[in-house]
Amino acid sequence: MTRIEVQKKVLSENERIAKSLRERVRENGIYCPNLISSPGAGKTLLLERTLAMFPPDTGVAVLTGDIQTDNDAKRLAKYGFPVRQITTGGACHLDARMVEKELEGWDLEALDYLFIENVGNLVCPSSYDLGEHDKIVILSVTEGEDKPLKYPGTFSRAGLVILNKIDLLPYVQFDITKAKENVRKVNPSAEILEVSATTGANLDDWYAWLEKKRSGCAQALSTLIVS
Amino acid sequence: MHEMGIATSVFEAAQKEAQRYPGSKLLKIGLRIGEWSGVDPESLRFCFEALVLGSEPSPAALDIEFRPRQNRCPTCGTVFALKDYQTDCPNCGAAVTEPVSGTELELAYVELEEP
Repeated sequence: MTRIEVQKKVLSENERIAKSLRERVRENGIYCPNLISSPGAGKTLLLERTLAMFPPDTGVAVLTGDIQTDNDAKRLAKYGFPVRQITTGGACHLDARMVEKELEGWDLEALDYLFIENVGNLVCPSSYDLGEHDKIVILSVTEGEDKPLKYPGTFSRAGLVILNKIDLLPYVQFDITKAKENVRKVNPSAEILEVSATTGANLDDWYAWLEKKRSGCAQALSTLIVS
Repeated sequence: MHEMGIATSVFEAAQKEAQRYPGSKLLKIGLRIGEWSGVDPESLRFCFEALVLGSEPSPAALDIEFRPRQNRCPTCGTVFALKDYQTDCPNCGAAVTEPVSGTELELAYVELEEP
């Protein structure tokens, strides 16, 4: 009997594809966020609002994942930007291969933003790198404020946590101070925004965040080209 | 929820390693799973056993090393397990500490019977 030390990530094939996706995104100066939340936290409405905000000549594309139906793609397609639905047919998360496949035929050079809307789930998406710049976790105030503690794997990997549906705060027992403390416990460096996609409250902060990230990507690209 | 997919990836990765030693038989697969990896070891074991059931000549065993979430204090060097998500250093009280383990999802080793 022989023991052979391997020391490799189990998802090394996914990591390999994610790395090549990240390279393609970087070469084109695109900002690519991966939106993660439980079902019903408001990912799609937030994206609708975001698409409606962009001037029509902005290079925006969306990949949206669901287990079944293309309902979300239909909702998002109304804004005139290219949208593709990834129907996983049962899988509870997107993986890098699905993203790579769906990107076929898209002119990445023309893009400034590539939004990936993951399958509604706070567990599995955290294991799969999609080549994104940031995992953005959306937590709505109709959920429990202890969710960051219950799903530390996902919240600890977030670059930004968006607390959504703040217009409902007067009607629910959600302690927003405690929610933010809980985010900080598992992820001291994550930025936090409080918004309502329904009323539009504080969405300007979200748009400013996107713009800052996108200009960072464009700047990194120009430095890359000069050097 | 995605443990079946992970189990498949584990088995495939281990088989790939074993194929580098032609004629060998895969006896055991060593995995390292972190507390914050998003993978439940017991569910994974259940899926793995279902997956290898009936594989010839006999199914490979799975050895899981569970890795707790630990942080390291850059000031005094103390490594400590996180209790109630307290990231402050229990030794010197430093507020900023760095994660050192707990997100692993790694194939650590394979045990083979060589021909």
